[in-house]
Amino acid sequence: MKDFLKNVKWKHYINYIAVAAFALIFGIIGLAGGLKGSTEYMLEKFAIAIILAVSLNVVVGFLGELSLGHAGFMCVGAYIGGKVASLLDKGADNIGVLLLAVMIGGSVAAVFGFIIGLPALRLRGDYLAIVTLAFGEIVRTIFMNTSSESFGGTLGLRTPRYDSSYLFIFGFILVLICLAVTQNMMRSKHGRAITAIRDNEIAARATGVNVTKYKLIAFTVSAFFAGVAGVLYSHSNYTVQSSVFDYNYSIEILVMVVLGGMGSINGSIIAATLITFLNLQLSTVLTGDLAVLKNLIYAVILVLIVIYNNAPALKHFRERYNLRALLDKIIKRKKDPSDQKDDEGAWDRVPTKIEMNELLSTDIIVTESVQDPDKGGKS
Amino acid sequence: MSEYVLETVGLGISFGGLKAVQDCNIKIKENEIYGLIGPNGAGKTTVFNMLTGVYQPTYGTFYLCGEELKGHSQEVINRCGIARTFQNIRLFNNMTVIRNVMVGLHNDPKYSCNFFESILRLPKHFKAEREMRARAKELLDIFGLLEDRNQLAYNLPYGKQRKLEIARALATGPKLLLLDEPAAGMNPHETEELMQTIKFVRDKFDMTILLIEHDMSLVSGICDRLTVLNFGQTLAEGGVEEVLNDPAVVKAYLGD
Amino acid sequence: MEFISAIISGLSMGGTYAMIALGYTMVYGIAKMLNFAHGDVIMVGAYMLFVAIVSAKLPVWVGIMIAILVCTIFGIVIERLAYKPLRGASPLAVLITAIGVSFLLQALAQIVFGSEQKNVSALMINGSLKLGEVSIDYSTLVTLAVAAVIMVALTLFVKLTKVGRAMLAVSEDRDAARLMGVDVNFVIMITFIIGSALAGVAGVFKLMKSPAVTPTLGAMPGIKAFTAAVIGGIGSIPGAMVGGVLLGIVEAICLKTPIAAYTDAIEFAILIIILLVKPSGLLGKKRREKV
Repeated sequence: MKDFLKNVKWKHYINYIAVAAFALIFGIIGLAGGLKGSTEYMLEKFAIAIILAVSLNVVVGFLGELSLGHAGFMCVGAYIGGKVASLLDKGADNIGVLLLAVMIGGSVAAVFGFIIGLPALRLRGDYLAIVTLAFGEIVRTIFMNTSSESFGGTLGLRTPRYDSSYLFIFGFILVLICLAVTQNMMRSKHGRAITAIRDNEIAARATGVNVTKYKLIAFTVSAFFAGVAGVLYSHSNYTVQSSVFDYNYSIEILVMVVLGGMGSINGSIIAATLITFLNLQLSTVLTGDLAVLKNLIYAVILVLIVIYNNAPALKHFRERYNLRALLDKIIKRKKDPSDQKDDEGAWDRVPTKIEMNELLSTDIIVTESVQDPDKGGKS
Repeated sequence: MSEYVLETVGLGISFGGLKAVQDCNIKIKENEIYGLIGPNGAGKTTVFNMLTGVYQPTYGTFYLCGEELKGHSQEVINRCGIARTFQNIRLFNNMTVIRNVMVGLHNDPKYSCNFFESILRLPKHFKAEREMRARAKELLDIFGLLEDRNQLAYNLPYGKQRKLEIARALATGPKLLLLDEPAAGMNPHETEELMQTIKFVRDKFDMTILLIEHDMSLVSGICDRLTVLNFGQTLAEGGVEEVLNDPAVVKAYLGD
Repeated sequence: MEFISAIISGLSMGGTYAMIALGYTMVYGIAKMLNFAHGDVIMVGAYMLFVAIVSAKLPVWVGIMIAILVCTIFGIVIERLAYKPLRGASPLAVLITAIGVSFLLQALAQIVFGSEQKNVSALMINGSLKLGEVSIDYSTLVTLAVAAVIMVALTLFVKLTKVGRAMLAVSEDRDAARLMGVDVNFVIMITFIIGSALAGVAGVFKLMKSPAVTPTLGAMPGIKAFTAAVIGGIGSIPGAMVGGVLLGIVEAICLKTPIAAYTDAIEFAILIIILLVKPSGLLGKKRREKV
């Protein structure tokens, strides 16, 4: 037993423990009736944001493709999950219905993720980003124009709001599941294949990585959890309105991922919590036209962080002064890399800067059909 | 089983009318180190790209141990047994050295473990991971990279990056290894060391190797046979001595 | 007849899209980046028209000059502060920064001018040319004529001037152009200047059709114009024009049908299909990644 505890790589589980402890503390207070409704609402929003950020990180941080349609997947989950719940629910808070809604909502979103993953096989970079953006807008437009009986149209879909404390507890259980799936995936051969594609797609192909399969897996998993977050959203609010899930919302999730560090799951958790907290606090302080100050702050954060992390000119500065170096100094962490256990490599520390040396990596690669079909010479 | 590990038959490709490579016939026997040389722009890398499925040949076909591989994707060709390195090194820069090699082991049926087994952390996952890591360490040890296994590939010195690329290619368990200018950018000492490594790989792994190279000392030092390409056409082929003294080859390299 | 009038109103929207798409296509072709903030520079132009014409009561032509000038300055500043530091960094980083800049401009406009709609009616051109039963608004004619003139001028500029040829060189191979003595940073800045000035013109076009100015005025047309640029073939100047006009016509026809509510969705669906089926667009060139 003692040996077992010694061998457990605590570093790998610290985020589960932190999230579980956080949920447990508030859960106990909540079930004892000691939380205000607004606090419970905030906790629900935390769970939603963490799931969104972590799942977007799978595509942006680990696969290295920009998705601007994450809110679109969430939209699908929210509508489908909300509809399932409102069809089945008889008014009482019912955990079974909630679970079913999560499964169905997530699965339908995953199907859409798979479909959006298909263009990713042919397109990269800017073009793929614009396809995901277009997808998000299409989904939104379609739900907005549904009839009032089906999905509520412009007025939105009325959903059963869960009043009791257990919604946020349930939300945090979903967060833990999301963490388990994404982390287990990334810390396996499958995750390695995904990061290999990010680092060098051509080399990944030449090394026998099934690029098609892994791109689709990354998009599907990412969309599934975005859908799950959507279902949670539909239960946390009284209505689901498609106007919420616009491009700006996708960007907000992206800000969380960038702020936390692309490819860092712990970073996503922290940034998602922080930004959601700020969002809710600022929305009470900043009213009217000032509310937009929030967007201004996000925009500035986004630009500054990306420039700081990526500008070639700041490379040396970055290596000398960064959060991780500071942390190392404070807790005097052992720095000799050969002392590290094999598994503690750089899986979640590096990719804040993604090196893509290919000048043309934003262009479309036409590797399968080299001859221009217009000019003949088909094989 | 065919007598040759690699056999290309009339292999050729044209890009919108320009015939980059024509009628290329290479036959490589088992355990041979075969050189593909020629002036810049002769189409050597294009041949590699056809053999690895990056480009689909316009004419002809090629066989690996008697199995026709033309028309397959890069991934499938790699799994069938052709691995390669690149002229401009292509590593997974933000991954550690050991992980680079482990990606190479990905498709080995010995370490099979499907997606759900990994997500659910079934015993098979741990077994596969443990064994892959052990195997990767063995490979790294052979190339003298064991100490660097937790470094990012990006941070390795140039010579070690080249070695890592070869180690990764070998990890995929190929029957034929393609090396694209392995000695590019190396000093004579490093080149000498590389020659030993390539010979060692051939003997240790019973490997058949096709390499592109400009460094004639390396070519004449390790290659068993050669093919010389010029303007996409085969200029000469045969034993090293014979080919390098061929007047047509001398003319192509040195001009009139 | 219904159909013809739809096409004509499509031409009018198409002219605006073409103007925006020209800017996109120039910047994408040369700087190899999707300038998400391009649409928002149009919005800046529209607000400048509002400030100059409505607030300061300057003559219309002065207002137009000021708007184009300010757009150009914005273009330079954005390029220098946000994009230039990232030259040579990963395309993902550049793209995210561009999104950030777009967000920043929208937020700034809302803080400075408020979120309520402003109106600039001085640019509206009333009246129309009657050709038998068909009538074409003068604004449509002006839009199309100006867009065509600019397109021709740009094509000549790129083909005939030294800077233009440097642009072609940079778009073909940035490193090789640098080695040949082309000042890549300068060329990219010129590209941004041209693109932003075109955005200013697009802002004028926008206000010729409807007087409303809001902080998000440029966002949607910006994204749609990117569609137009892709349809025409990104990097191709005539392609941007063709794509813009086609997109305008599709939009106008959709708006006249019962599925009008889905117009945006249809346009985006076209974008996705084109990217998948023929990513090089109608007039674009295919690129291949070197292995």
